[in-house]
Amino acid sequence: MQRVFPFFVEAALVTIEITVLALILGLAAAALAAAAKMSRSAILRTIGTLYVSLFRGTPCLIQLFVLYFGGPQIGINLEPFAAGVIGLGLNIGAYMAESIRGALVAVDRGQTEAARTIGFSRFQTLRKVVLPQAARLMIRPLGVNTVALLKGSALVSTISVVELTYTAQRFIGSTYKPFEIFGVAALLYMIMVYAVARVVDLLDKRFAIV
Amino acid sequence: MSTQRPMVEVRGARKSFGAVEVLRGIDLSVDRGQIVAIIGPSGSGKSTLLRSINHLESLNSGEVWLDGVQVNQPLHGQAFERHINKVRQQMGMVFQHFNLFPHLTVLENISMGPIILKGMTKSDAHALAHSLLSKVGLADKIDAYPSRLSGGQKQRVAIARALAMQPKVMLFDEATSALDPELVDEVNAVMKQLAAEHMTMLIVTHEMRFAGEVADRVLFMDGGVIVEEGPPGDMFRAPQKERTRTFLKKYLSA
Repeated sequence: MQRVFPFFVEAALVTIEITVLALILGLAAAALAAAAKMSRSAILRTIGTLYVSLFRGTPCLIQLFVLYFGGPQIGINLEPFAAGVIGLGLNIGAYMAESIRGALVAVDRGQTEAARTIGFSRFQTLRKVVLPQAARLMIRPLGVNTVALLKGSALVSTISVVELTYTAQRFIGSTYKPFEIFGVAALLYMIMVYAVARVVDLLDKRFAIV
Repeated sequence: MSTQRPMVEVRGARKSFGAVEVLRGIDLSVDRGQIVAIIGPSGSGKSTLLRSINHLESLNSGEVWLDGVQVNQPLHGQAFERHINKVRQQMGMVFQHFNLFPHLTVLENISMGPIILKGMTKSDAHALAHSLLSKVGLADKIDAYPSRLSGGQKQRVAIARALAMQPKVMLFDEATSALDPELVDEVNAVMKQLAAEHMTMLIVTHEMRFAGEVADRVLFMDGGVIVEEGPPGDMFRAPQKERTRTFLKKYLSA
């Protein structure tokens, strides 16, 4: 066990890396999708809705397979790591889009009305009044999404990204101790999830409206 | 009737929400410095009328004018957006639920409009906020967040925020309806002070006594039309229409 532990730590770092990169991609996709879904243009709304339904309505595993195994057929050749980041990022982006939209919608309508009656434009109202309040409402749901992303990153082991779950599986063959090996992997996931939860708590406090 | 052009004018205003027509042809003219109280049962269209003047509701037909400028001009897209943002800067609106910005201090709530929209310097805007807060009796709350204020204090800050834009007219949409009874007077006092300064005001209210004290004219609305209007003395003592009498009897006996 002591012999394999350094490999686990290294693999956990890969899990963190893939999660952080997918999170960045996911947030960007989510912001665009939420904006599209709330846009006044019917075409943009349709695109936003299609994206969200497609990625929330199918298994993440299938999305990864389509991207990694199916990609080459249409000329997209991705390394496992890149395919993993893109697949996970686009998947979580669809969920995060709803978290962002939900927070924006949850800001009381009266806030927008008050800002508009003062004479602020739509954009000024969004930037100065709605977003600062919605940001706070987004923190928890986006935190939940991030935890789901972190745990869901185990799926990329199936497209041979050498992260925590993949590494654990690899050591079963040489140690014949699945209980301990997967137990340690589970423990490492738990520690990472706990860290995310703490960060979310801190952000929540930091952005609390007095 | 004076010969100067009216400050607020509404012509043939009609508005439906789905199949329900809530404004069924409203004509209204308010002179500069005049104070008009709008009374009537819930659902009579009085709030919708007030919101239409600010274009929070867009009319199905009819016109709204503010000091010789048509509020609901037949423009589209960005052109209308620019127009309405300019017009709205000249109208202050006060809501039943205050709608202060909870993430900003009292000072920021008040000074944000003048700084961003009027290009006022920070120090000028802060001085303005300070003088307006003194006027509504809340100078000591300048750095407080709205959540630390009572309902009456919130509404007074909301009035100061609207005044900071130096509006030509103030629209009050049931400004005291959400307040505990003992907090109503402090808000009414501020409104009376504005009346004394000849601010043009349209006040949607359920408080007949206050309407009687402050208004030059009282409009009684029901079913999307102005049923009757007149000076408060006539309206409250000798209403002409049966519908007005029934309504007032209920309120004045309560």
